[in-house]
Amino acid sequence: MALTAALKAEFDKLCTKYPHRRAGLIPALHRCQEELGGWISPETITDCAEYFELEPVEVYSVASFYPMFFLSPVGQHVVSVCRNISCDLRGASEITNAARQHTGAACGESSEDGRFYLEEVECQGACTSAPMMVVDGKYHEDLEPADVARILGEIQ
Amino acid sequence: MAHETYLLDRSKLANSHTLEVARADGAYAALRKVFESSMSPESVVEEVKKSGLRGRGGAGFPTGLKWSFMPNHESDSRTRYMALNADESEPGTCKDRILMREDPHCLIEGCLIAAFAMRLDAVYIYVRGEYRLPYDRMQSALDEAREAGIVGDNILGSGYSCEIHMHKGAGAYICGEETGLMESLEGKRGHPRPKPPFPAGFGLWGQPTTVNNVESIFNVPFILARGADWFRTMGTETSPGNFLCGISGHVERPGVYEVPLGMSARAIVEDLAGGVWKGRSLKAWFPGGSSTGVLPADMLDTSMDHDSVKAAGSMFGTGAMIILDETASVVRSALILARFYEHESCGQCSQCREGTEWQEQIINRLLSGRGKSGDVELLVDLSNGMFPGKTICALSDAAAIPVLAAIKHFRGEFEACISSPEEVLA
Repeated sequence: MALTAALKAEFDKLCTKYPHRRAGLIPALHRCQEELGGWISPETITDCAEYFELEPVEVYSVASFYPMFFLSPVGQHVVSVCRNISCDLRGASEITNAARQHTGAACGESSEDGRFYLEEVECQGACTSAPMMVVDGKYHEDLEPADVARILGEIQ
Repeated sequence: MAHETYLLDRSKLANSHTLEVARADGAYAALRKVFESSMSPESVVEEVKKSGLRGRGGAGFPTGLKWSFMPNHESDSRTRYMALNADESEPGTCKDRILMREDPHCLIEGCLIAAFAMRLDAVYIYVRGEYRLPYDRMQSALDEAREAGIVGDNILGSGYSCEIHMHKGAGAYICGEETGLMESLEGKRGHPRPKPPFPAGFGLWGQPTTVNNVESIFNVPFILARGADWFRTMGTETSPGNFLCGISGHVERPGVYEVPLGMSARAIVEDLAGGVWKGRSLKAWFPGGSSTGVLPADMLDTSMDHDSVKAAGSMFGTGAMIILDETASVVRSALILARFYEHESCGQCSQCREGTEWQEQIINRLLSGRGKSGDVELLVDLSNGMFPGKTICALSDAAAIPVLAAIKHFRGEFEACISSPEEVLA
């Protein structure tokens, strides 16, 4: 999948915010990941390099620095459970276990049916409503282990 | 005990994030006052200096003083920027998220007053990538404000123009460090830059730049509307004003509470947060996020302000208190934080890159019952070798300090991992 005309038009507008085009790279990578299969493929890297007038390795070096970018394919729904201190103190490991059970995926891996990708993540900034997890970008807070199956079960 | 509040008052109104509700509640009145009273940019900086406002992002540096570091506009004609640091990611800290989500217009107003004071050309609001709703709320508020002539050209008919742009990060703690943030905003890896040069001289794209925290800027409209003297009626002499105390961990009512600086940690834990949960007693507490050294229960009468927490041997940080009850393992907390800093180290400096990894390995060894005699001393030696001033930025310090504090106050718990490994594993 190459950059679509719609994405290119979006990036043209995005880059007007900055005096130098390259500043649009990280927001653009977010949009690529959202629109082009849920990950940053080698093709996306080449296409972004061309668009931003960079070498592919420069785009790769940026994409690989940031935890929100996936450099290999992941399951259809991304489940991220916070493992940092405030969540850990209030039972994050039980949330992770429940998520593991429901999805059948190990942490850092996708389920066999490709429906879920499960990961443990560092602090998401929802410490006063711990424990928490993020599913496809949406925060779920003040969790009990039983909530996990319900929330993941409601995904179509 | 009731105290005066201002930071979260508007956020209690329905639809507080909309221009209509915010304006009816007085949003942009301070900005209008600045323009209509013909205040000079320099006098705005003076007022903020006089208020004694200290940065709420962790370092507690005086905001007005930071603004005054921007070069003179007559002798330096370069483009001038502010990068607003909304990359909130210090474990325990979740206050900026609420401000952006519930009261984005107050933050925009603060940015515009700061921009006028420093004669800026543009402001970039760098929001951590995970904060989707706060980002969207800020973007909508910005669109509304631009439509209403509050952002962009000729703001409120004043003749002053300034753009504000939203920018999305992608989940790296180090981008909360001001020079890492600027690198990231330029579309690069978030590698902190050596200082000097400081951002005011060489910031975004090499231009004069100031980096401020969300909560710091959020205080500005109140200071300009009500005056520096009013601001100083709250808090302490050296730390005036209120702050947002996020309290998490083992308390009955975790939450983000607005309290005056200088309130005792005990009052926050017991009166506001309902005390330690499940009727248990307190073992330890972090005063201001994960990078501030843990303190024992008998220091809970410490006042929550910069000087008092420093005198207690820790740091005020972001004012985000993390509470550990009597059943919690301080060694496990140390492991979780060591793992975090190891994950977040950008890798430029060997003390930090290697040090954080070794810290994690040693603590992990202790907790898995494989601790060796001398491991605690090794951990202390290693951590002491990671700071101060040995690396480009303070992430290495932030990793070393909590480990050293945990060993200082709870050495017995670390030693027990070696002397009675079977109990640790149980």
